[in-house]
Amino acid sequence: MLPNYASPIERIWFWTFRILCVSVLIFLVSPLLVIIPLSFSDNTFLLYPIENFSLRWYQEFFGNEVWLNSLKNSFIVAPAATLLAMVLGSLAAVGLSSSNFPGKALLMSILISPMVVPVVIVGVGSYLFFAPLGLTNSYLGLILVHTALGVPFVVITVSATLGNFNVNLIKASANLGANPLTTYRRIVFPLIAPGVISGGLFAFATSFDEVVVTLFLAGPEQSTLPRQMFGGIKENISPAIAAAATVLILFSIALLLTLEWLRGRAEKMRTAVEH
Amino acid sequence: MNAPLTAADGESLKVKLARERRNKQLKAIALVAPLALFLLLTFLVPIAMLLKRSVDNPEVITYLPQTSAEIASWDRRGLPSEAVFAAMARDLTVAKEQKTVSEISKRLNMDISGFRSLIQRSARKMPLEVAAGESVRDQFIAMDERWGDPDHWHVIAKNAKSWTPYYLYSSLDLRETKAGTPELAPEEERAFLSIFGRTLWMSMWITLISVLLGYPIAYWLANLPARKSNLLMILVLLPFWTSVLVRVASWIVLLQQEGLINSALMGLGIIGEPLQLAFNRTGVYIAMVHILLPFVILPAYSVMKSIPPTYMRAAISLGDHPFAAFWKIYFPQTVAGVAAGALLVFIMCMGYYITPALLGGPQEQMVSYYVAFYTNVTINWGMAAALGSLLLVATMTLYAVYSKLVGANKLSLG
Repeated sequence: MLPNYASPIERIWFWTFRILCVSVLIFLVSPLLVIIPLSFSDNTFLLYPIENFSLRWYQEFFGNEVWLNSLKNSFIVAPAATLLAMVLGSLAAVGLSSSNFPGKALLMSILISPMVVPVVIVGVGSYLFFAPLGLTNSYLGLILVHTALGVPFVVITVSATLGNFNVNLIKASANLGANPLTTYRRIVFPLIAPGVISGGLFAFATSFDEVVVTLFLAGPEQSTLPRQMFGGIKENISPAIAAAATVLILFSIALLLTLEWLRGRAEKMRTAVEH
Repeated sequence: MNAPLTAADGESLKVKLARERRNKQLKAIALVAPLALFLLLTFLVPIAMLLKRSVDNPEVITYLPQTSAEIASWDRRGLPSEAVFAAMARDLTVAKEQKTVSEISKRLNMDISGFRSLIQRSARKMPLEVAAGESVRDQFIAMDERWGDPDHWHVIAKNAKSWTPYYLYSSLDLRETKAGTPELAPEEERAFLSIFGRTLWMSMWITLISVLLGYPIAYWLANLPARKSNLLMILVLLPFWTSVLVRVASWIVLLQQEGLINSALMGLGIIGEPLQLAFNRTGVYIAMVHILLPFVILPAYSVMKSIPPTYMRAAISLGDHPFAAFWKIYFPQTVAGVAAGALLVFIMCMGYYITPALLGGPQEQMVSYYVAFYTNVTINWGMAAALGSLLLVATMTLYAVYSKLVGANKLSLG
């Protein structure tokens, strides 16, 4: 807060800074706020002001075979990719943090690299590799590549959780007579679970928002919701897209709340264990 | 006194420890192996295929096999021997039967335009009827005098091997001279250097704007009381978690000719006619900064959170002006973290496809767009792969710098 003895320059600076920060925050949220009301408009164009409210674009969205199919595909591909990423990523993170071996840093860099390699390159490369194997235009091919794109997040979050993990807890548990399985089930798993789940949420969001690889690998049968939106925005942007966007925004709010809840829980657990 | 330490069973403790450590390493490697193998097959091999494709040159040796074999012994002076022409006649006859003429002509046309029609017209006249004592070479030249031009045969000879630098050279606006060395293409044929330049230039601006806007926000949030900052943090995290497509759609709604921003500015009388905000560089910058801003704010925030506020207070109470204290004490401690975030943003920017594709005009398309263009529109795998490979090299170089500076495992996820 501004002290009473602040000089005029300090006052001006304080308020400029505040205004700048608030406007950046408005810049960050305004696109989300703008599109939601438009999905309830009955205008055929995405324009303000809204004259009449209606649910026709939601009817269009939930009543249209193509949109529903893409929604269904997204809910096939993303959970499958997430599950695979959670299993492979958690195992690898446990391995990476349990011991030092030659080339560990390099291996870690490679495991994380799907996060930074431009997706177009992944898309073209996987098309070149998968087409002769018959994996293009299939759910399997899409799930495999989406897993590869999402797995770095699981590796990172689980590694971070394991970094905070107190190894003495395992020894204490063994000392108190628990066998390794019980130790794992009652002590290790509950402590790393938040890391696994939040990594899974990132992986889910990655797959759920992925367009480019889908453009290359999926046929119309496997078109996902973002792929459908991409086509819609490119051709002519109808308010059905606003309805789809609103559904997705609600979805991301749910993801965010879950993540924050997990973080709070993990924090509480860690402090409870340590004190 | 020098006897080695031993365990209870009499074995050397050193040996036992080493074995224990090896066992642990093996167990660790066994845990990492499934993911490593998975990424090898779904990620690394595909990328290797892309890299290979950028120098792959299968057309001529596959579809003109006999000519390729014969032309190897050509001394590159004058016209090739009669045997080469005869081989060409046989190859074209086979190609005509197997309908592979277009593959050959498409490839050769890249080097000399007009080669397509030459090959196609000649193939139509196959098989040649050569009377005893007649020269195939003369027949070819009679069919089209371009067959008598050594340049055309140079192109065939150059492409009669399984790899070529052609696509990589083209991606850098270079071309191969007859001596085999690269030279810069004439100015009117250059295209890709400026596209790479544009990609770097736009990425630089987007990174710079994101840092300039993100740093103050991170500072503000890091120095607010926890309750307030957690609440405001949601405003950063919510867009971060929202689909990029949703945000691009919203920006179109906001920025288009009849969009909210234009109508608001016109309503206020600030502007007389709508500004062109979408489908040009302004639109791409706005949307890209919006997408990448959280990637600057989140790591910067976590760095700033770790700086004890007492440092600044100490500096001020020792007589520093608050601005000086910030500049000398606070800012240097944040540079490393913010620079790491900025580098990550820059890397992500370079490979971006969706936002420029949906919100930009032709002048805003970056390298990724042309990779997709050559894949989907013209189906020129060589060019797509070569541009992709160069983009990959650029990205990976920066990523290596990043890993060296920050450590890959320190990538922040907020």
